[in-house]
Amino acid sequence: MGRGFFSAPIWQSKRKLDMDKNAGFMKALKCRECGREYPLAATHVCEFDFGPLEVAYDYDRIKEAMTKAVIQSRPQTMWRYRELLPVAGDPTVGFQVGFTPLVKADRLARRLGIRELWIKNDTVNYPTLSFKDRVVSVALSRARELGFTTVACASTGNLANSVAANAAAAGLRAYVFIPSDLEQGKVVNSLVYGANVVGIKGHYDEVNRLCAEIAGKYGWAFVNVNMRPYYAEGSKSMGFEIVEQLGWRIPKHTVVCMASGSLLTKIQKSYQELTKLGLTAPTDYHIHGAQATGCAPISQAHKAGLDFFKPVKPNTIAKSLAIGTPADGFYALKVMKETNGGCDDVSDDEIREGIKLLAECEGIFAETAGGVTVGVAKKLIASGRIPTHDSAVLCVTGNGLKTLDAVAGHVGQTREIRPSLREFEALLDAEAKTSVAA
Amino acid sequence: MPVIVRSQEPLRKAMDNEAEVEVSAANVADLLVELRRRYPRLPERLLDQNGEVRRFINIYVNEEDIRFLQNQETELKDGDEVTIIPATSGG
Repeated sequence: MGRGFFSAPIWQSKRKLDMDKNAGFMKALKCRECGREYPLAATHVCEFDFGPLEVAYDYDRIKEAMTKAVIQSRPQTMWRYRELLPVAGDPTVGFQVGFTPLVKADRLARRLGIRELWIKNDTVNYPTLSFKDRVVSVALSRARELGFTTVACASTGNLANSVAANAAAAGLRAYVFIPSDLEQGKVVNSLVYGANVVGIKGHYDEVNRLCAEIAGKYGWAFVNVNMRPYYAEGSKSMGFEIVEQLGWRIPKHTVVCMASGSLLTKIQKSYQELTKLGLTAPTDYHIHGAQATGCAPISQAHKAGLDFFKPVKPNTIAKSLAIGTPADGFYALKVMKETNGGCDDVSDDEIREGIKLLAECEGIFAETAGGVTVGVAKKLIASGRIPTHDSAVLCVTGNGLKTLDAVAGHVGQTREIRPSLREFEALLDAEAKTSVAA
Repeated sequence: MPVIVRSQEPLRKAMDNEAEVEVSAANVADLLVELRRRYPRLPERLLDQNGEVRRFINIYVNEEDIRFLQNQETELKDGDEVTIIPATSGG
């Protein structure tokens, strides 16, 4: 299935969309804890109990407007599910994002011992090679609708890259705040777009705390602070695509890496929404969570049977998952409980092994978070938590070219020779002897 | 002994829109009692029915999360800065 890159804006679609000028198919922001409703503004927290706000939709209207035929008539991007994404009008940022390949991973399936395996490959998401382009596309489109000209984020790297790139393309001013010890690839990948990159001497949770204070003071559109209700909804598009690419079928098992836990909760929401709209048949499914052992507050809570987590200080090579105080940890635990999903974590060595396994079997080079997903899937299959006769989708969220530091020195090394056929043949002979000896 | 309390929206609304206030308290629990006395709209917002800090609220003493210190028993000294912030999402 080819990607639908296009130059013409999708709002030139022939079908007239039934979208209210100010709200689209959104009804309100709603507290996930107490249900109080708020206007569709740049705000993320309930005034009563500090619970997170989430976008509520008019599903009756969406059901009329969004059929399989309508979806399939649109370009192959995440915006083909636009009625279920929180913008009032037409998207103005990132309308080429998404619809990444769903790769049937037969060789990896054999290695892991499972009947059928798929990789949702967001290592090639447009334009910055991670799933964060999905959430940023939504957040910046909505920020423009709300009149913002400066956008910002607290980031473990991928989000910084995406905000910087998409803001540049949209002509918005960008501030990105990152831990100062991030991988060089992720730092350069933010600076190159001309964003204001601020390195904070601390871990992500400290960056996040500072950004919450800055957001309150400066009134910028912080995509994962005051724009969070809209931003987070962008993650649903990964689940919508998985279902459509499987022939409008929800996979029996989905394995998702967790930092804040938001992506995992939105995968469930995407499955629920497509079911509610009659676009896929109701079915039993399991959503499994994956963390790095060096930052595993959600996994630890799940193993202990708790519905709350204890914050941790991160120490892992999976820096994109290094959130010790995961804001959606409570809800991620709830989703795994509701779907009878498993959860586990893997060491730094197991993360590298997962990266290599995916690369050698499927030709997909994932960043450390992908190594976490593969490593945990391996454990869940080996333990029987994911039965070997079932089918599973692994959500691989970012590209390995961004985290070369994590695997350099662990993936073998080049052998240098002079440009001489004799030296090359000597090299082959030496290798043959080594393999015989082994 | 006075400590400085910094708040963010929407908590700030319940604290008469003051970004920073000075409070005398020996520990975080005392501080919360004093804040609730001073700002009557605060109790239902800050603590759950068991008297625990709501799970979506993070409290920091001198930039350290109190869950890495002694939670509400964390002692306070003159000039300490206490920041109360709603949880934010990942990145």
